[in-house]
Amino acid sequence: MLSSSLTLSRRRVLLAGLATYLLPFIGRTHAAATQMMLTQVAPGIYMRRGLDADAAPQNDNAIANIGFAVGTTAVAIIDPGGCLADGERLRTAVRATSTLPIRYVIMSHAHPDHIFGAGAFIADQPTFIGHYRLPEALARRGTYYQHGLDSILGPERAGPVVPPTTLVHDNLELDLGGRILVLTAHGVAHTDSDLSIFDPQTRTLLPADLLFVERIPSLDGSLRGWLKELGTLKTVDAHYAVPGHGPIKVRWPDAAIDEERYFGVLLRETRQAVSRGVGIDKAVATVGRSERERWKLFDDYNGHNVTQAYKELEWE
Amino acid sequence: MKTLLTLLILFAATPAWAVDEPVGADARWNDLHQAIFGDRVIQDGGDKIRLAAPARALDAALVPIAVTLMDGQPVKSVYLVVDNNPSPLAAHLTFGPAADTRELTLRIRVDQYTPIHAVAEMADGKLYGTAAFVKAAGGCSAPAGSDDEAALRDIGHMKLRFAGRYAPGKPLQAQLLIRHPNFNGMQMNQVTRNYTPAWFARTTDVTFEGKSVFHLESDITLSTDPAIGFGFIPAGPGRLTVTVRDSKDISYKRTFDVPGPAS
Repeated sequence: MLSSSLTLSRRRVLLAGLATYLLPFIGRTHAAATQMMLTQVAPGIYMRRGLDADAAPQNDNAIANIGFAVGTTAVAIIDPGGCLADGERLRTAVRATSTLPIRYVIMSHAHPDHIFGAGAFIADQPTFIGHYRLPEALARRGTYYQHGLDSILGPERAGPVVPPTTLVHDNLELDLGGRILVLTAHGVAHTDSDLSIFDPQTRTLLPADLLFVERIPSLDGSLRGWLKELGTLKTVDAHYAVPGHGPIKVRWPDAAIDEERYFGVLLRETRQAVSRGVGIDKAVATVGRSERERWKLFDDYNGHNVTQAYKELEWE
Repeated sequence: MKTLLTLLILFAATPAWAVDEPVGADARWNDLHQAIFGDRVIQDGGDKIRLAAPARALDAALVPIAVTLMDGQPVKSVYLVVDNNPSPLAAHLTFGPAADTRELTLRIRVDQYTPIHAVAEMADGKLYGTAAFVKAAGGCSAPAGSDDEAALRDIGHMKLRFAGRYAPGKPLQAQLLIRHPNFNGMQMNQVTRNYTPAWFARTTDVTFEGKSVFHLESDITLSTDPAIGFGFIPAGPGRLTVTVRDSKDISYKRTFDVPGPAS
């Protein structure tokens, strides 16, 4: 098939090119709308490198690392993408690689850049899988996210909120045929509804947004909780990991070093600010500055992270 | 006040999402002015009241706001209005005889780009106003927090942090934290199509030895775990009592010793 001939010669493959001609996408002039570049990070696991940016009208919110895993009987989507159009491109890329049914759509957490593409897979009638707290998170924020994305991309590109149909309480194994994906529901960390995926066959860990590399992590759950979950993930017997943002294939657990160091700084300096009576408005400008040169989008997210850390730690 | 807030929610129920330009801002403020203050004139508060807010919200669920009132003003109360929020009148705080009125801080939710107005009502009834503009937060930030479990589990717990120690007749700043989810009642459950019912702190009263420091009427615009920074003047050694009543008419009461002079 298309993918095997290409992947023999190059790891980086342009999967969707041919299929796009065959499908009614020709009217689109958007460069991003016609093809999705995926990399085979391990045998049968294909990932798209997200942009180091925030949602904007030109980028279809294609900022997260998303992709799919193929077995001998089924395909699992590993985050359906940042909007309906992003999800449609991912689906096109899947179809260019495999004719197997798309049986599972894994939604790693509630953030729009990972799951708003889910609408593109409804016709495949897959099982939509999420953390047991994902429905609650979508109830609180889904409408807000939808309106926000509608206003940036337009409602026809943004896509609907798709609730999960199967919930993970601690672990869940997905059998794709010759490949079992192990899903783990984590405690409050990046968000309150984080799933990670482990593929024991290729020893590949897909922690989604529990791991950021190069791009500054965004804290939307619990700093202490994230450090704890990261500690657990480091014990997973994986050779490589696929972060939710950043380069799509990194060594594990070495690639957790930067994130752990940043969280350590955030924890120590925010605690100091709280104990010295430095207000949250001033702490956002002083905490974590030593990390500024080490992360992309630092200025866009560090203040947010300090705010999150502060409101958690001031109750200690 | 309850009726007024309800009216405001109804008439503000269709916000223009995530618009980053102040289109129609003046018209909206004119409507809000009319709804809250009627025909009362609001004068430029330049030398009487200041409002500090971040130019861009770093976290839509927690935007720190500081209102500074120039020393020596006979201020009766302060209104905080977040123009483009679903319920714009965020807070109305009335000072009591034990208050030091110079600085007041709150944490609010900001749904989208919005002007924020602070209006001081003087003892003679005159109004003085000032405004700041806050741009919406980007990324994954949302006005509803990510994890309300702690707020629900420990609802009604409070912390009071003093910026110093008691000295007779000298003003002292304090920061009050209240565990409360402050659910805004506006999020629809995508599965059941029902709304999570609103549940928020409606009034907060702080007294020092029986004398009022302030009475706050608040609303769904205050962040989860409402935080109020205020000043008071302890006439002698004593205790601060905080009473919070929420929209389910549940009361939470705590008493705190004001730290005595260093020995």
